[in-house]
Amino acid sequence: MLFHPPRFRRTLCMMPLDSADMSNPVESLTVNDVRHVARLARLAMAEDRLPVMRDSLVAILGHIAQLQAVDTKDLEPMAQPLPMRNRLRDDDSGTTLSTAELLANAPKTEGDFIAVPKVLGGDSA
Amino acid sequence: MNGDLVDVRNKIARRETTARAVVQATLDRIASQDRALNTFHEVLADTALAAADRIDADIAAGRTVGELAGVPIAVKDNIATRVGRTTCSSRMLETYRSPFDATAVERLERAGAIIVGKTNMDEFAMGSSCETCAWGTVRNPWDTDRIPGGSSGGSAAAVAANLCAAALGSDTGGSIRQPAALCGVVGFKPSYGRISRHGLVAFGSSLDQIGPITHSVRDAALLYRVMAGDDPLDSTCAPEAVDDPLPLLEQPTKGLRIGIPAQYRKGNSPAVDAALARASESFRAIGAQLVDVDLPLTDVGISTYYVIAPAEASSNLARFDGIRYGHRASGNHADVNALLSASRAEGFGAEVQRRIMLGTYVLSAGYYDAYYRRALQVRRLIKNEFDAAFAKCDAILGPTAPTAAFPIGGVTDPLSMYLCDVYTVNTNIAGICGISLPAGFDDSTGTRLPIGIQLQAPAFADSRLLQIAHAFERTHGGREYPA
Repeated sequence: MLFHPPRFRRTLCMMPLDSADMSNPVESLTVNDVRHVARLARLAMAEDRLPVMRDSLVAILGHIAQLQAVDTKDLEPMAQPLPMRNRLRDDDSGTTLSTAELLANAPKTEGDFIAVPKVLGGDSA
Repeated sequence: MNGDLVDVRNKIARRETTARAVVQATLDRIASQDRALNTFHEVLADTALAAADRIDADIAAGRTVGELAGVPIAVKDNIATRVGRTTCSSRMLETYRSPFDATAVERLERAGAIIVGKTNMDEFAMGSSCETCAWGTVRNPWDTDRIPGGSSGGSAAAVAANLCAAALGSDTGGSIRQPAALCGVVGFKPSYGRISRHGLVAFGSSLDQIGPITHSVRDAALLYRVMAGDDPLDSTCAPEAVDDPLPLLEQPTKGLRIGIPAQYRKGNSPAVDAALARASESFRAIGAQLVDVDLPLTDVGISTYYVIAPAEASSNLARFDGIRYGHRASGNHADVNALLSASRAEGFGAEVQRRIMLGTYVLSAGYYDAYYRRALQVRRLIKNEFDAAFAKCDAILGPTAPTAAFPIGGVTDPLSMYLCDVYTVNTNIAGICGISLPAGFDDSTGTRLPIGIQLQAPAFADSRLLQIAHAFERTHGGREYPA
């Protein structure tokens, strides 16, 4: 097997937050939760920024809590505003961007390839 | 250049002036004025003059030119252009050059419009003041110590200071209308799906819409007509035919009913309330019937928006990984995840990171139902509420923003900043159309600060909305220019 699904999908996403007590999710949001969410979001966050981020999230989530008071019984969620169906295009070939155009914005290349650190075997997830 | 776009184009086509002269005058104005305003991140002088020369050559050779031939237009920096960079005012995309044009840009250029530059904005369109722009705060031309609004603040301030004939903005929760109001110009957010989003850097995909910021309603109608309509490159672009708004503009608005919700008259500054009262009088003067409508969920809009928009943003902005394009952190990283996390932390500013965090949180295991699913249910209620209101009126009148422009640095708390958008977010949540029109000034601080009023109309009633806006503008008076 050459391909392994990234480990974080299983481990991180399914891990419950400390604040998973839905009776009062906002107040119980911890710095540990913020660290976890930052990892999910792939944002390196210095330890001293975590409490600051926590406080601003708590303030915003505290306001958003007003949604819980709205009666939404039997309402179908509305993911987007238009009554649209999936639209498929004809399976025709067209012009595409060249390799050179696509690589022009890549921060690091080797020949016709984009260079990245090793993908397999890491354990930072 | 204060004349309308049709006038600018016709003078060029009739050889009363040249496209080069119009573009050069624009570039000269930008060069002399923009140091104080910071509306442009990049001025595209060479390509703009070359395009102007091609139009002048076409005219000299007797060839037909487009309906926007020679018209200098500024483009918000989250809309892809092949010329120049497309940075979204973010370090993440500091050097990014789009290999393609946005459909909206392509259609404008096909009609002869000339892109003179890319305008500054709140980073990734997340903000209401242009203070999160990585290239410095944009200044309001009416008072350079104040914000221009956001996120399309660079575009609105550039039009207000007459640095371009018109500009493109994008509007996810008010980002065209609010800066247009605060800068005293016209800002139009078409219905969701009317203008292709292809080439608009995605923020909230179910909310985003490109639209014009202009000197007049007629200009907005013209740009809308050129840009609107189906696009095979955006599957959420509506296939329905676009009604031409321009012939409608001169027709009388017979039997017009304007709805005013009680919820739009709470918590505004006295000057905004006075402007709203005067706007109502102008509608009475053109024979409109004013009717009471009820939008009790107005106040819940911000909460709904700040679940849906960050949720969609956290997903959309996942593409910025420093691998294929965008900022990549220097140094050695143990693996791809470490590189990604470092690149994103360095490339994104504080507000963008906060929204990604908020979006990731509301979508995370155990919270999805309580936040995201519930917000989507409330979204349906908000849409139903608009539907009921529009059964009683053709358009809803209210303020665009509860106050005039505030001082730079005057609002530092994120939640207070979010609450500035109380009148604009629900338009996007419901997918309807809205336009902000100059409606007077707040003189209470010693400087003249523009106030905008907003008209909202049902989805796909864009042309009717422009007709009503035009009738208002003719009676109430058009935009004024800062000293």
